[in-house]
Order: sequence, then C-alpha cells, then structure tokens
Amino acid sequence: MHAEAAIREPLILGHKTYHDITNDIVSPIENKAPRGWYVLMTIASLIAAYGTGCILYLIGKGIGTWGLNKTVDWAWDITNFVWWVGIGHAGTLISAVLLLFRQKWRMAINRSAEAMTIFAVIMAATFPGIHMGRIWMAYWVFPLPNQFGSLWVNFNSPLLWDVFAISTYFSVSLVFWYIGLIPDFATIRDRLTKPTMKKVYSILSFGWTGNAKAWTRFEEVSLVLAGIATPLVFSVHSVVSFDFATSVIPGWHTTIFPPYFVSGAVFSGFAMVQTLLLVMRKVMHLEAYITKKHIEYMNIVIIVTGSIVGVAYITELFISWYSGVEYEAYAFINRATGPYLWAYWAMMTCNVISSQLFWFKKLRTHLGFTFFMSIIVNIGMWFERFVIIVTSLHRDYMPSAWTMFHPTWVDVGVFLGTIGIFFTLYLLFARYFPVLALNEVKSILKVSGESYKQDAAKHHHH
Amino acid sequence: MANKVIYAVYDDPEQLKDGARKLVSSGIKVKDVFSPFPMHGIDPIIGITRTRLGIVSFMFGITGTCLAVLGIWYFNIFDWPMNIGGKPSFNYYQNVPAFIPVTFEFTVLCAAHGMAITYLIRNKTLPGMPCSQSRLRTTDDKFIIEVRTADNHGHSSEAIAELLRQSPVTEINERQC
Repeated sequence: MHAEAAIREPLILGHKTYHDITNDIVSPIENKAPRGWYVLMTIASLIAAYGTGCILYLIGKGIGTWGLNKTVDWAWDITNFVWWVGIGHAGTLISAVLLLFRQKWRMAINRSAEAMTIFAVIMAATFPGIHMGRIWMAYWVFPLPNQFGSLWVNFNSPLLWDVFAISTYFSVSLVFWYIGLIPDFATIRDRLTKPTMKKVYSILSFGWTGNAKAWTRFEEVSLVLAGIATPLVFSVHSVVSFDFATSVIPGWHTTIFPPYFVSGAVFSGFAMVQTLLLVMRKVMHLEAYITKKHIEYMNIVIIVTGSIVGVAYITELFISWYSGVEYEAYAFINRATGPYLWAYWAMMTCNVISSQLFWFKKLRTHLGFTFFMSIIVNIGMWFERFVIIVTSLHRDYMPSAWTMFHPTWVDVGVFLGTIGIFFTLYLLFARYFPVLALNEVKSILKVSGESYKQDAAKHHHH
Repeated sequence: MANKVIYAVYDDPEQLKDGARKLVSSGIKVKDVFSPFPMHGIDPIIGITRTRLGIVSFMFGITGTCLAVLGIWYFNIFDWPMNIGGKPSFNYYQNVPAFIPVTFEFTVLCAAHGMAITYLIRNKTLPGMPCSQSRLRTTDDKFIIEVRTADNHGHSSEAIAELLRQSPVTEINERQC
C-alpha cells in the first residue's frame, strides 16, 4: 500500500473508520436540519427574493434604472460579473489543478468548492444576461441560423469569446462535479430508509454500483476532465480580461491582464472558499476532515496569489509611466489620486497589504483571523474590478464628458440579490448533498488518517 | 447442479486484494469486485484492461476543433464576411488569431461532454437506472468479491469458499442464480 511520510500532518483527525466517514457526512442529510440552517436560509432567501424582485424590475423598466451614464457605460454589472467569475475559479483550481498535482488535501474541500464554482458562475452569467436589456433575445449571442440576412455573430469579438468561455466553463464544471457526486449519491441511496428520499437519491445516483471497471473509468474520467479543465479555467479568466485588454481604453489596454486576472480570480476564489468552509466545518462538525492544516494550505495559496496580484498592480503602475503614453499615465494617476482614490487604496490595502499578514504562522492558522481576512479579500477583489472598470471610464479623452458613477438602488439590490441567491443555493447544497467527496476521503483514510499514521509510525520503530 | 453466486465480504481493500490473488492463482475467474472507492491495483489482478475513455475524449476533442474551425470559417469568412474596425475578414488564416479562443473552448466542450456521456453509457449509469447491487453496503464500508460458479466449471462452491477463507474474509454469502 502507498505509504506517506510521518512528518506530513494527518488530513483526517482522530480515529475514523470508513463507516464513520459515511455517518458523519450522511447523517446531516437524514436528520432534521439544525436551527442555524433555518435562520441562515431565511436570511439568504429573503435577500434572494429582494434581488429577484430588483432583477425583474430591471427587466421590466430597462437598464436606465441602473446608474450608468454616457461616459460610464459599464460599472457595477460588469464588476459583479468579473467578481463572481473570479470566485468560481477556486473550485476548479482545487478540483482540477490540485488533482493533477496529486494534492490529497483537496479531497476534503473539492466538493464544496466546486459547488461554489457552479453557483458563482450562475450568478456571474446573470449579469451579462440582464445587461442585454432584452433578455428574451439572449439566444442571439449564439451562431444560430436566422432571418436577418444570415447575420452571424462576430468571432473576432472578445464578448463572443466570453459567451463560449463561460458556457463551456459552466457546463464542464457541472459535469465534473456531478460525475464525482454519483458514487456519493449511491452511498446516500443505500443508507436512507424513507421511501421518497430513497427514490430521489436513487434517481440522482444513476444506478451506480461501484464495480471495479466503473471505478477505473471513474478515475480516468476524473483525470482527463482535470487535464482539460485546467487550461479551461486559465482560458476563462483570460478571456474575461480580453473584454478589457483588447479595447483601446487607457487603463484597460494592457498585456498584463490575462495572468493578472487569473491570479486575482484564484485569490478571491480561495477567500470565498474560506468564508464558506469555516462556517460549514463548524456548523456541520467537520473539524476532523477540514482541519487547521487545510485552512493553512489555503491561506498559503492566498499569500502566493495575493503577492502575484500585488506585483501586477505595481507593474501596471510602472508601465503606465514607462510607456510614455500620457493618457495611460493619467489613467493610473487618476486612480491613485483622483476622486476614486478611496476605492484604489481600499483595493491596495485589502489585497496587497493584508494578504502579506499570512506570512505569520500564528495568523494563518488562526481560524477567526482567517475568516476576517477572507471577507477583507472578497471586498478588496470587488474593489479591484470596480477600480479597473469605473476609474478607467469616468474620465475619458474629453474633459467635458468627465463624470462620476453613482449606483442606484437597483444596482445595489441586484448585487445583494446575487449574494442572497448564491447563499440560498449553497445552503441547499449543504443540506441535501454530500458536502465531502466521500469516496475520495475514504481512499486516503488509511494513508493520511491520524490514528493510522500513528500506528504506522509505531510499527516502524519496532 | 444449480449455478451459484458467491459474495466474499472484506473490510479492507488490501485484504480483498489478498483474496482475489488467491482465487486467481487457483484458476478461478472473479466475476466482479465492488467497493466504496477506487481500489488501486485490483485491475491487473482480476484482469481488467485499461479503459479507452481517454482516447474517446481525444476523438471528441478533435471533432470539436474541426467543427469550430469549419463553423467559424463559414460564418465569418465565407457566408457573411464583415469589415469590423477596419479589419476585414477576407480569409481564414489572417484572422485565425482571433478565432483561437472559441476554437479552444469548443474543443474542450466537445471533449468533456463527449467523454462524460460515453462514460455514463459505458458504465450503464444513467438517470433512473436501477441498481443491481444495493443491499451489501459496498457503497459504505464493505469490499466484495463476486464469483459465479457458472464461470468456473470444475470448482465447487465449497472449494471456492474454502479458498476464500484462507484470506481475511469477514463473511461469505451464497445465493442461487
């Protein structure tokens, strides 16, 4: 059997058996939800309902209800879109990239991180959808045969690349997630006794039996999907950055955007994973599976990606001066010292300075501090997108057109609404789906489980 | 003699592999093995060949690339070339850099979904499929070897059970089939 070095910290604490793992994960689904779940669900669904109302109002009235104007014609909508897509990236990074690197600590967190990805991408896709104004025409973004003189979509346009990138990313993530869920749904199906629930999980589990050939195929599919999801996830945020980088707006027209957006996406995604998991491990008593070490690993990813983002900010500033293009230079001077300087410095503080605090081991292993920081990073990354989009637009080439952007209540309501919908979906997931990849966690139990490692160490000494 | 199916139940994948090795070395064919998670190393013991799903994925991916190239050429070059921003679309190769992203995404789309659908069909796991193996806790914490006497003429079920008892088996169930 595969052995693991004794100095590696265990990934499953205490003494667990295979059956304990099943129990720990499936019993919350069988039993009544704790009171806290109902409280959170009520709050989330009220916000979701308000947000849905705002979206419907927006669709009914038109996007004039947003605070957009002639100069700032992209603002909160695209900020929110990029923010949500970015959050989604951590799920794929955890499940695909860490699978390729054979990182076992991914196994306890990949399921919920992928769920987060899917819900975040749904929220992201909402924004371009409603920004179209006439959402019932949304299918026009696809190259469909039509009666407008065979007018096709423009494959030179980054906006169209985005359509393909986001829809591919969403559907592939969904399939990846579901293929991993099938064996775990089968576990639930075989355990439940209530007939209706059993029937539901029986349909969801597609008749999975877990025979040897099926598992061989399962592992092959997981590996190949991870292999193609990895370039996919990098391409998606690169394409999102092309929406800006291929334009000729000072502040947007920079070649650094693709890598800078991708690392920013991973940075914000991991922060959101921390926000969700720190609550979930407590409420659902998953401390034995999502250990302090897991949290620390994720914080290390946050330091790395936060530092890349910091280097990108500074490079951007330097290049804006070094390029000798005065418009480019002004866009950046305006960001740092203009009327939106508060947003710029909020971004700098939240993303660059605060993530460096994780160099201290005490801080990166402190759960409360990590939770606080995860919120700070989420705020910082929202500001990053806001700064890039709004500060580059609000002072364009013609000073007579200079203006400020003021969000309306519809802007705010739609944004809050997506947070509400996201958390509603996530809470439903936590209630009815296996929140850990049971089959994967079981496969590392005897290698990385605490008591098994201790036994192996004792064996070794004698 | 009626055909029988024998289920040998184990608590650990290593123990199951022990049992499977014993059976196979005595010339007994193992029908199948069921487990709650993938058991590495069982495939060569019971004679399972490597899956070709990776090749399937590649074929679907290449198909996707071809469809994307053909489609984009038809839409933007052949059927309705447009002059956008002073960058006319007169031929494919001068425009190809702008077509890479969609070509790539469509390749991934076809490779992933083509493989996923093939996987589900080959495994016979589709929505609403009945489960043939649900009473034996193999989705929880049990590891099971299934042997059929119909596949092993010349070995009685008692002899097979005797052989299995030489490995750390926890339970042996027999059933007519």
